[in-house]
Amino acid sequence: MGRIIQGATGDWEMVIGMEVHAQVISKAKLFSGAATEFGAEPNTQVSLVDAAMPGMLPVINRECVAQAVRTGLALGARINLYSVFDRKNYFYADLPQGYQISQYKYPIVGEGQILIELENGETKHVGIERIHLEQDAGKSLHDQHPEYTYVDLNRSGVALMEIVSKPDLRSPEEAAAYLRKLRTILRYIGTCDGNMEQGSMRADVNVSVRRPGEPLGTRCEIKNVNSIRFVQQAIEYEARRQVDLIEDGGTVEQETRLFDPGRGETRSMRSKEEAHDYRYFPDPDLLPLTLDQTWVDDLGAHLPELPDAKRERFISQLGLSAYAASVLVAEKEHADYFEAVLDQLEKSEAKPAKTFATQVANWITGDLFGALNKAGLSIAASPVSAPHAARLQKLIMDGVISGRIAKDVFEIMFETGDDPEKIVEEKGLKQVSDTGAIEGFIDEVLSDNADKAEEYRGGKEKLFGFFVGQVMKKTQGKANPKVVNELLRKKLDG
Amino acid sequence: MSIDKATVEKIAHLARIEISEEALGPMAEELSNILTWVEQLSKVDTEGVPAMTSVVDVRLPMREDVVTDGNCRDAILANAPKTDHGFFVVPKVIE
Repeated sequence: MGRIIQGATGDWEMVIGMEVHAQVISKAKLFSGAATEFGAEPNTQVSLVDAAMPGMLPVINRECVAQAVRTGLALGARINLYSVFDRKNYFYADLPQGYQISQYKYPIVGEGQILIELENGETKHVGIERIHLEQDAGKSLHDQHPEYTYVDLNRSGVALMEIVSKPDLRSPEEAAAYLRKLRTILRYIGTCDGNMEQGSMRADVNVSVRRPGEPLGTRCEIKNVNSIRFVQQAIEYEARRQVDLIEDGGTVEQETRLFDPGRGETRSMRSKEEAHDYRYFPDPDLLPLTLDQTWVDDLGAHLPELPDAKRERFISQLGLSAYAASVLVAEKEHADYFEAVLDQLEKSEAKPAKTFATQVANWITGDLFGALNKAGLSIAASPVSAPHAARLQKLIMDGVISGRIAKDVFEIMFETGDDPEKIVEEKGLKQVSDTGAIEGFIDEVLSDNADKAEEYRGGKEKLFGFFVGQVMKKTQGKANPKVVNELLRKKLDG
Repeated sequence: MSIDKATVEKIAHLARIEISEEALGPMAEELSNILTWVEQLSKVDTEGVPAMTSVVDVRLPMREDVVTDGNCRDAILANAPKTDHGFFVVPKVIE
């Protein structure tokens, strides 16, 4: 669903490409044995290599290479068995080497693609141009002192994957869907935690505008946008700025811009212009990276089920709606929780998962997500474990408690983390299905409301619901509603 | 290949090397001479010869993903002109 901007002189189309920097999950850095963990004391996770002391040499971390290959495979991309590390030269206080080791001409991963889903259910393939491995820089803190910048090199040398898309995106919504999907895939395969707040996933956004169907316009690159919402805002603003500029007779200059979230606008970073002359050349400290096809194949064989395949399976084999499947699949932890509940139930009920998958999915996306959202908790911190959730579903399926009571039981579970069976037992919440007992309550209700019973029999059929409500009230919600309905019909209509 | 003074000035700036106006001319000449000398290599016919990346036939050695280094902040900061609370402290660099 491309976005058309209506300008004063006609329609314009936005063209967007993304460069995503994804921090690789590994214990040690790309070229040194220092730790990568986030949040350590400043400069404690720095080796002499990361600080670029004279004479230090880089030695590549095999796992970081494997992570890049896994990412490429998950995006259906070509894996280059031969790739080369280059030096990208620039000076900045948090880059002690004076160059970043990156890949330029021969990246480790070539073309691939990502399937994105839009709000309206449409899908679209977005091309991946390449993925290369490179070092992250250190961190500069500008707000610690009025005259000085403080530099922490803990991040210096951590492995990054730069994932470059083709200019296939046509609206802020598509850009957001692309980022979300990429994040989901990276989290599924465990190559990046996708945490944009902590900066482990950062996006540079390339935006240009053109008349529909015409050649590409000149693009501007918006650097380091650190949330999906900001990416959308930045694109919205930048595309409009370019249209206004062109329509006023100006021309877009290729430049680097910065998004200011406070003002919701982008502005030029003129100082960066010269830095674009990076004078890349092959790093003489590193031989070309060569991989064996068998090693690549082995990594591919051990990839987990990917989100698209999982979604497809949830729909075709478990009978979920496309919407429910998409919601559950978006976060690996959610899909895992759902499948853990299904596994438990399949064992205890001895029925195929398909017969109750939709009920469980509705409960997770409705009751559980609602409660987690309200409490501001992730599913990993859910007070209701998957086994307990399965037991709650079983109590409903076996008719031990009604759906109404299940909501109360769930509330208690969420507060206390208790086993639902224990809660039902202790609070005496078992559903009453005993017809004799229910009949007694019905008789009471009918005699207490003899006038209404007359009205009902006289044709005011809407009152049926009132009687059901009264009986449920008398049993404190414990009566089996199906039995109540049946008996009540007999008594009133018979 | 010949290099002009403007190019020398640009390279010097990118490399953060200070170079006086008088030195630009001689430097341009020297660099041009070096490049011309190296350019002789292009006379060799290298058609079909793969680029040589190492004189010994070895593959890029790899390390296992194990934390073996770091935790040496004092050594890291030892040569820094200015530090504070474990940070390097440098003149303000901000956009």
